[in-house]
Amino acid sequence: MTTKSETMDEFTKQPMRERKPEAGIRLTEKQQRARRARSIAIAVSLGVLVILFYIVTLVKGPGVLVRPL
Amino acid sequence: MSVTLSPVEPSIEPSIAGVGDYIALMKPRVMSLVVFTALVGLLVAPGHVHPVIGFAALLCIAVGAGAAGALNMWYDADIDARMDRTAGRPIPAGRLLPGEALGFGLTLAGFSVVTLGLLVNVVAAALLALTIAFYVVVYTIWLKRRTPQNIVIGGAAGALPPMIGWAAATGSIAIEPALLFLIIFFWTPPHFWALSLYRAEDYARAGVPMLPVVAGVAETRRQILLYTLLLAPLGAAPWLLGYAGALYGVVALAAGAAMIALALRVRTERHGHAAAKQMFAFSILYLFLLFAILLVDRLAGGLFGHFTA
Repeated sequence: MTTKSETMDEFTKQPMRERKPEAGIRLTEKQQRARRARSIAIAVSLGVLVILFYIVTLVKGPGVLVRPL
Repeated sequence: MSVTLSPVEPSIEPSIAGVGDYIALMKPRVMSLVVFTALVGLLVAPGHVHPVIGFAALLCIAVGAGAAGALNMWYDADIDARMDRTAGRPIPAGRLLPGEALGFGLTLAGFSVVTLGLLVNVVAAALLALTIAFYVVVYTIWLKRRTPQNIVIGGAAGALPPMIGWAAATGSIAIEPALLFLIIFFWTPPHFWALSLYRAEDYARAGVPMLPVVAGVAETRRQILLYTLLLAPLGAAPWLLGYAGALYGVVALAAGAAMIALALRVRTERHGHAAAKQMFAFSILYLFLLFAILLVDRLAGGLFGHFTA
């Protein structure tokens, strides 16, 4: 059992350590700015969704759980 | 933390798509007409809608329309690239990958339908899902590249928003929103065929079988007139059937007469496309006017007990 977990570790961790120095894809300034803008837009959308559900819950009161088909 | 992009094409550059590109995917101008007609459907419906619920409904309808637009641009990127009018859209311009538009569209479609169902009601949500599916699957994927009847049948998608608005308010559908559906449905062909008359080369190059490309300019002009002759009385129908007051009747008849006059001018036009361009521009005003007056009529009419239920 111990040998099995050791080999598992060998397989999962070894390649990860080897890859680390490569650092993957480096975003350019422009790409970073675009990603940041997109991330902010997603955050704002999620915020709006949360607020919307909150306010509608207040408006409907207990009726929020009543959903006749 | 670095994010690996698209495992299918590892050589692809990380995205430089801005928020504006994603907004362009949602076809904001189409969306504005969708939201407006849905608003009219919502407000002319009997009964009272809480403003927050009404706002939530319109927001979901707007996002749903945006989803349909994004999915349309995902599927039609090849066509769009070959047409002057659409070559600058985010995908053909190379600012967005098709897969990004697909993911964006599906996400918005799912969220808009589910949210409308949870916050407003299931009937409205089902209609919104139907609208998105109709626009993307029936119009964009099945009909657009196959038949000159593409926009006639596909027009049903654009005609549904007033019904969604009505359903959001009442939880059901009725004859009155069906009339609004029919008005937009019969408005769509003359509207788009007027545009296609002076964009025929574009459509031909892209291989889209629009009516002027397939059946010729003369036949298109004849069809525009025929549909306009159906549209004008339909436009007045809400008044004729007693759903709207005299103000609406007068405006609908006058605007309908103007549409017929323009269609006749398009029919007899021999050189250039001045009349077709006028018809296209006026058709937008026509639809806007009809719905705006319907709204005014209903809001004012309510004061006289015009429609109480």
